[in-house]
Amino acid sequence: MGYFLIRRIFWAIFLFFVATIVTYLIFFVIPSDPAKLIAGRNANAQDVARVARFYHLNIPVWQQYWIFLWNLIHKGSLGTSYITRQSVRWMIGQDAPVTASLVFGGAVFWLSLSIPIGILSALRPRSLMDRASMTFVLIGISAHPVWIGLILSFAIGYKLHLTPIAGYCNFFTGNAGASCSGPIQWAYHMILPWIVFMILFAALYVRLIRANVMETMSEDYVRTARAKGASERRVMIQHVLRNSMLPIVTILGMDIGLALGGAIFTEQIFNLPGLGRQIIQSYSVFDLPVIAGVICFATMAVIVFNFIVDVAYAFLDPRIRLT
Amino acid sequence: MALLEVKDLQTSFRTDDGVVKAVSGVSFELDRGRTLGVVGESGSGKSVTFLSVMGLVEKRNSIVSGSVMFDGRELLGASTSELRKIRGSRIGMIFQDPMTSLNPVKRIGWQLEETVLLHNDVTRKEARKRAIDLLKEVEIPRADQRVDDYPHQFSGGMRQRVMIAMALINNPEVVIADEPTTALDVTTQAQILKLMQRLQEEHEMAIVMITHDLGVVAELADDVLVMYGGRVVEQAKVDDLFVKPEMPYTWGLLGSLPRPNVITTRLEQIPGQPPSLLHPPSGCAFHPRCEFVMNECRVELPELRPSTVGENHEFRCHLDEEARARIWARKRAAMMAEDAA
Repeated sequence: MGYFLIRRIFWAIFLFFVATIVTYLIFFVIPSDPAKLIAGRNANAQDVARVARFYHLNIPVWQQYWIFLWNLIHKGSLGTSYITRQSVRWMIGQDAPVTASLVFGGAVFWLSLSIPIGILSALRPRSLMDRASMTFVLIGISAHPVWIGLILSFAIGYKLHLTPIAGYCNFFTGNAGASCSGPIQWAYHMILPWIVFMILFAALYVRLIRANVMETMSEDYVRTARAKGASERRVMIQHVLRNSMLPIVTILGMDIGLALGGAIFTEQIFNLPGLGRQIIQSYSVFDLPVIAGVICFATMAVIVFNFIVDVAYAFLDPRIRLT
Repeated sequence: MALLEVKDLQTSFRTDDGVVKAVSGVSFELDRGRTLGVVGESGSGKSVTFLSVMGLVEKRNSIVSGSVMFDGRELLGASTSELRKIRGSRIGMIFQDPMTSLNPVKRIGWQLEETVLLHNDVTRKEARKRAIDLLKEVEIPRADQRVDDYPHQFSGGMRQRVMIAMALINNPEVVIADEPTTALDVTTQAQILKLMQRLQEEHEMAIVMITHDLGVVAELADDVLVMYGGRVVEQAKVDDLFVKPEMPYTWGLLGSLPRPNVITTRLEQIPGQPPSLLHPPSGCAFHPRCEFVMNECRVELPELRPSTVGENHEFRCHLDEEARARIWARKRAAMMAEDAA
């Protein structure tokens, strides 16, 4: 376990460097002049030069990268946005909970739909239930989140007035300036985005769970359990489920880690101020510190969730030892 | 009355390519404390026969008919809950591959206890004690510690011992062992067979030994069923079968047995492939591989008929008595000559 942890930490550091270096390189390869953008439309050459000096834009890339690292290691700072002059760390602190609400809430939604459907269609392959769920899967896989989102927002939000059309509410009350807050308003505003996530991911997961459960049901040890006199229910719960969920855990962890980097389409449609929308906005104005910050966060999210998956896996499957 | 009486058992599977007749009209009897050897190649229907007896074939895509009487009760058509009471408690099963027949994520103690708890009104503590006792009985060293290990921490032979312990834990009257030694190496095979023999004496149970190895049958069985293409092609007491096997497939099986005194460059084999159960050959299923095939064999399935040697010795073959006696005498003489050389 100790060796495993150490290796994991080194791997995380390595990935962090790769991801941030690539970000910096790409940023300086595309022709842009952030200093000019920051200084504003009416700025003269002198102003632009001053801005460039202030933001260290007049020095080579590798030095800028070094300053980024130095600030991060020494002050735990990800720098300041070129555009809003806000601390990037603070901005991520604002955006990450929105994305996390979307991803984790969505995960609860898509799992609570796909686990029962996946198991039921595995138990009765080719039944009406199975065929219906396969149709749903096909729609979910083929449809684009933008399309699903807009349809839902139009039908349920605009026409039926059952949910808000878009927007976000903080989970915690007491935020000054917010139009709404509190858990109920939060869930009320998140419900459509969660459903979009559910349709997208449940489709994949139904197929995955169905295939895994069917495969596990044909395992020899399941036959052994039946030969012992166990009921079908007991066979399912005690012998099939845990074994068939092992691969799901891996994929779930990876999906959650990836999605935390920003669920761009869903956030965009429902006007959720999350990381995905932030990174799109920052790209359009060449706000390098914010882009680098979000990428750091996303990289860490993937690494952390992969780690959680490995630990969970070792816990669920005694054959796996973390070495 | 026999403990287990199977009459005209038929099992078919519906597949995408058509109906597969895996078992066609198998009948046999098993008395208390006896050992029945069931021999045949892969796909001869021997495993499916006993999965059908236990009601363990997939119901959705299979048709099972005939009669399975266990201790005077009909098992075919019995309710699942009735069957469950018998499975694991009055009839135990041991499967071929001990590497995959134990649940990899549960401790073996848990898996043994489960079998006890399913059929007995005892506490988990008592079940655990029973589990440790059984592990000791199947000669697993440090049983009281190993009970908390996972299957992957055991070797193949040790896992098969665990499987045997699991089959025996409720003192069943019948143990069905489906190729229990096939996946093991030769020395381990011998140990497992010896263990089963000892346990049979102690527990006074009947054993069904499904195998493709006539050597195992010779050592353990009282009676033998030879199966081919989903049918019984010869059945006899074990001694009678070795004295006078009555049909060409059995001759082939005997001829392909490795013999310690004979050094040959290669073992004899029965030419050809086992028959397709989806498109079975016409007439006698063995005719495409039979060296004594006659026109009649291609058209008509031979009925089971009694042999002149031994009681309840029956076989399927169109060859007449004189021809069979002559061929077997020649084959046996050849084998003995080889043995002596």
